[in-house]
Amino acid sequence: MKIAVLSGKGGTGKTLVAVNLAAVAGQALYLDCDVEEPNGHLFFKPTDVKVKDTVIKIPSVDDGLCTGCRICVDFCQFNALAYIIDHLQIFDQICHSCGGCALLCPEKAIVEKNKIIGHIEAGISGKVSVRSGFLNTGEASGVPIIRDLLDSVDLDQQKLVFIDCPPGSACIVMESIRDVDYCLLVAEPTIFGVHNLNLVYNLVKLFNKPFGVILNKCLAGEENPAEKFCLEKKIPILGRIAFDAELGTINSDADIAARVSKKYQEQFTSLLTKVLMEAENEAVISS
Amino acid sequence: MKQLLVLSGKGGTGKTTVASAFIRLSEARAFADCDVDAPNLHLVMEQRAKAEKSDYYGLPKAELNPELCTQCSLCIEHCRFDALISGREFKIDPYACEGCGVCEAICPVKAISLKPAVAGELILYRNGGKVFSTAQLKMGSGTTGMLVSEVKKQMKEAAGDTSFAIIDGSPGIGCPVIASLSGVDLVLIVTEPSVSGISDMERIIQTAANFHTSIAVCTNKHDTNLANSIRIEDYCRQNDLFFAGQIPFDPLAVKAVNCGKTIVDLDCPSGRAVKGIYNKVMALLLADEGGAA
Amino acid sequence: MKIALPVDEKNIDTTVCPSFGRAPYFLIYDTESNDYLFYDNQAASSQGGAGIKAAQSLLDNQVSFLLTPRCGENAAQVLNTGGVKLYKTISESAMENINAFNDGKLLLLNEIHPGFHRRGGAGSI
Repeated sequence: MKIAVLSGKGGTGKTLVAVNLAAVAGQALYLDCDVEEPNGHLFFKPTDVKVKDTVIKIPSVDDGLCTGCRICVDFCQFNALAYIIDHLQIFDQICHSCGGCALLCPEKAIVEKNKIIGHIEAGISGKVSVRSGFLNTGEASGVPIIRDLLDSVDLDQQKLVFIDCPPGSACIVMESIRDVDYCLLVAEPTIFGVHNLNLVYNLVKLFNKPFGVILNKCLAGEENPAEKFCLEKKIPILGRIAFDAELGTINSDADIAARVSKKYQEQFTSLLTKVLMEAENEAVISS
Repeated sequence: MKQLLVLSGKGGTGKTTVASAFIRLSEARAFADCDVDAPNLHLVMEQRAKAEKSDYYGLPKAELNPELCTQCSLCIEHCRFDALISGREFKIDPYACEGCGVCEAICPVKAISLKPAVAGELILYRNGGKVFSTAQLKMGSGTTGMLVSEVKKQMKEAAGDTSFAIIDGSPGIGCPVIASLSGVDLVLIVTEPSVSGISDMERIIQTAANFHTSIAVCTNKHDTNLANSIRIEDYCRQNDLFFAGQIPFDPLAVKAVNCGKTIVDLDCPSGRAVKGIYNKVMALLLADEGGAA
Repeated sequence: MKIALPVDEKNIDTTVCPSFGRAPYFLIYDTESNDYLFYDNQAASSQGGAGIKAAQSLLDNQVSFLLTPRCGENAAQVLNTGGVKLYKTISESAMENINAFNDGKLLLLNEIHPGFHRRGGAGSI
């Protein structure tokens, strides 16, 4: 069972939920796909960490073979190539690694070399396998790292996988949820939160993924615009996490609430049961 | 026109809450929301002006004509983005397609061509001499950086004679953030006193530092973890970054925002605190030669 | 000698465009014959690498000098490698800058800004 945890808006509690559900699940795999700002490893503090670089292919030219025909320069949609006097100049950071220039060069003067854009780390924390992706600062896109992360283990062989997604609904989020069985949306009770929840709600519907919501930072007696949204759209609400200064402090110290507090261990265990029941139901319905 | 950009690294620390307060206090005549993936600023800016919208064309996308296609699969073999899907009829996944043109170039029967594709919408609000520029990226689109640049360009072109502009940025460190940093005079980083927040703050500072802009930092919800708040101040001191102040956790802030107001539209602790930060940051922004970092 | 300026309009009274890579047009002025022409900047609508494409077009037009308010590092790299010298404009009027250049009053453009896609120039952290 592969479960993605996403929210649209940052700071609603994706990592809080993904990390704590993985922690109470017994054997589980936690994947941190928020490769621009990964946080899960700060909570799990995994040991036995193995690192693997993520590379993309960047063209490089053999000046001896290049005739200056400029087929590559004219082809490149991203303007990553310039022909200056008698030499082809390649701009690595602009290149999207499509391989077109190397493919089309009539003299076979262009070959591709590897460029490191980030890395993935795999380690253990108790019974949880923790894998995180890290994008190097200055690089534009983390999609290849997410791909590497998702390919680094046979996900179908895993009993339970939690995928901690990036905020937003752009291509990096789509890449993260591509193969999941169920999407857990975490919402906070602000109009910002609802606005962004609406974006990911549309995204998961577009991808035909079954989904449910967890309401976080709930304030007793206060109107909750996220709850209102869920009721209007008939989205199943799988749980409510109350706003709690104690939880906030535990979280801000990067401790896993379910591991340091019996109260939260119980709360997240019961939440996990609900989530798995719902996810398994949906899997039956859609098969 | 000097530009102040509000960033955070980590999402949910209060970029929009702080940016909107600054816009209200300064009565800014030019401001923009560069979080084109999930824009929020318009929710607290009480926009009564009519929105001027225009289509934003991102990268062209490949389109396949099944009638010409012979299913030779050369396109599938060479597509680096898994955008070609085989089947009874070959199809292109518009969300995966990066518009590189390899399939168009390699197809022996010219069944594929690149066509312009709408990737989002640019939005401009004009209200009595004030301009507010924003955009909404179409879901799943990848060309965020270019749209962010368009939002800034739209703001600059529509803005009259004004000495400064305030820009609400997006979370993360990738393409949209890098695009928003270009041409900016001062970056205000809004962080929170959590281990995640500090880790993300360090990465965004690294990203911003490469653009040689001045950097200021402020801590939101500082009293949720006093020890970490001190760590942030120490970090700023050690790295020669201007620490502009801190804002307490304030339930009234949430109430204000949920009513579509900024935290300086009512009397509340976070509003009072942000005023102090505002005074220091604006002085830095408007000083000659960008002020001292 | 050919000099180029990024401009807003296709007439000789035009203002200089604040952006190089995405200027709508380029003005090429021959300082010996005083002939001039305008051409559309194909790079203006590019998704990325606009500066590179614009710089390439200048090289293809045998330009020796570029007068511009600013220039990105990727474009500057193309121009420097191609032997084009960059000068900083001093006013908004294209003609004023051309005259100032001819009178030797313009200074070399030294501040090159980082590209939109990557970390900034020399001395990055």
